[in-house]
Amino acid sequence: MSSVSTAHSVVEPSRTSKRIAASIVIIYAVITMIPLLWIVLTSFKSPPDSISYPPKIVFQPTLEGYCNLFTTRTRQTPDYIASLGEPTSTCDEITRSRNMVIAGASNYWPRFQNSLVIAFGSTFLAVSLGTFAAYGFSRFKIPLAEDLLFFILSTRMMPPIAVAIPIYLMYRQLGLSDTALGMILLYTAVNVSLAVWLLKGFIDEIPREYEEAAMIDGYTRMQAFFKVVLPQATTGIAATAIFCLIFAWNEYAFAVLLTSGAAQTAPPFIPTIIGEGGQDWPAVAAGTTIFVVPILVFTILLRKQLLRGITFGAVRK
Amino acid sequence: MTDTSSTSLGEAVARAAPAPIASRIRGLSDRSMAWLFITPAIALLLAVNIFPLIWAIYLSFTNFRANRPNAALENVGLSNYSRVLNDPNTWQAMQTTAHFVFWTILLQTLIGFSLAYLIDRKFRGHAFWTTIILVPMMLSPAVVGNFWRFLYQPQIGLFNHIVSFLTGIPPSSFEMLGSVRLSPWAIIIVDTWMWTPYVMLICLAGLRSIPDYIYEAAEVDRASLWRQFWSITLPMALPFIMLAILFRGIENFKMFDMVTLLTGGGPGSTTEVASITLKREAFESWRTGRASAFAIILFVAVFGLANIYVKALNKVKQR
Repeated sequence: MSSVSTAHSVVEPSRTSKRIAASIVIIYAVITMIPLLWIVLTSFKSPPDSISYPPKIVFQPTLEGYCNLFTTRTRQTPDYIASLGEPTSTCDEITRSRNMVIAGASNYWPRFQNSLVIAFGSTFLAVSLGTFAAYGFSRFKIPLAEDLLFFILSTRMMPPIAVAIPIYLMYRQLGLSDTALGMILLYTAVNVSLAVWLLKGFIDEIPREYEEAAMIDGYTRMQAFFKVVLPQATTGIAATAIFCLIFAWNEYAFAVLLTSGAAQTAPPFIPTIIGEGGQDWPAVAAGTTIFVVPILVFTILLRKQLLRGITFGAVRK
Repeated sequence: MTDTSSTSLGEAVARAAPAPIASRIRGLSDRSMAWLFITPAIALLLAVNIFPLIWAIYLSFTNFRANRPNAALENVGLSNYSRVLNDPNTWQAMQTTAHFVFWTILLQTLIGFSLAYLIDRKFRGHAFWTTIILVPMMLSPAVVGNFWRFLYQPQIGLFNHIVSFLTGIPPSSFEMLGSVRLSPWAIIIVDTWMWTPYVMLICLAGLRSIPDYIYEAAEVDRASLWRQFWSITLPMALPFIMLAILFRGIENFKMFDMVTLLTGGGPGSTTEVASITLKREAFESWRTGRASAFAIILFVAVFGLANIYVKALNKVKQR
């Protein structure tokens, strides 16, 4: 790929060294994928297959894990099940073959919806506030700007549990405990620091001459911001949004301490999925797979901006 | 920074332009504009980060217990702090955290830098494999960490079987999560699996920032590859490596989610890192005042260490 430009350079690595490097990296990549592949495989196993000794690599795939993830079931006598008539769905059939009937929907889907609402809500807010603040820091002389920026960053250094204690008390007073709004505000505050730092970097790269030209043409500063700067910053804003989204999507510590029911997100819920006699690993694996797939897609979309995002814009490549 | 102050430029343009345009350019003065832009973000941070922090500082001087909000509040001075600092459990937790932070950083830096060095050989398909390697760090430590509990099961778990396959030790002869000796390593392995790509990515940026002509010059001088590595590659990538260590150090010092789900601090308290002790104090023993004192001590420790480290980093950068 990029070897074209350095093909004749004396520092081009030799063919053998490339081959050795490639094989080590590929071996590492394969090893690192094993736990993830195992999650996906387990999600298609039946509960007995999932806990077989030794672990099964070849097995009869089934959707039982996914069925169990989305339903709650009760045990019934074979006579009762025989009297029910035709099963209405694949899941119904699988459940009946275990001498159980579907009793209702599980909490997974509501928890997943909470994750969606809270992650997207807080991302939208954090990126909006962050864009304004980043523009302010990038274009205006703000007294103590360096200190303010450092202060914004340092809010990230607090251990989440340390922040959670007073937030817990504050939310109890304000009636925000276990509400989506409370979680959205909290995640927005955490993400704003990332958004300001990243977006300031992106906006710094847009030449100010563009806005100045627009303002000479009669735009106000606000119009110039919306019509000139925002369109130029789209890539940066999109990348920032995905980083905020991933944080809010993956967050566990605040979620487990501050939500218990109505606003609980998926990360604290997934570990609590249990079947008869212990953790229902295929259902946990199914829940994990569904939860993780959106992030995989984002990682691939983001790969060029990844470095910048994870270092708060400190490394830009 | 290239700071052609927009204030003066705006004013200069405004003065030069005919009156109607000038007023349109000014609209709001730049000073009020600036505050309009940054105030919402700062206000939110004050309300959700700083106000609670100040509250926590206040609570750390009281005997407040969140499960008895109506009990009389007493000012206990510094006694919460002295109790936390004199409690052997605190130092036990600090030691556990230090062990965890030290080994994760050491392993991640070694493996991450080596991988970056190999990827920088630019073999065919390196971009694809880099993306594959990056996947674990994007996933939820809680959700994926939870699954490692399954991988570590002594009878049925994949991890024990792979170790058994490679070494011949029977898979049910050791328990990664149940044994006092192995459980600290169980969390180090998962963290290293998850975050090595992070260090790798930053190191890769460091290696790519070294201009080719330096190596060309070294080649002309007939410096050996070994020599090139120690006197060009490593020193020039060092600020990047140090940056990666800073970010990982801060993150792992406050590690909570992955460890909670894997071991919950156990067995006993062998993997009880500081955040877990803090959570137990605050949300299980409900000693809110004392937990707040501990939280402040932790925050000051992270903040202080990070500041010292950044100073060192800047020195290395300036060299």
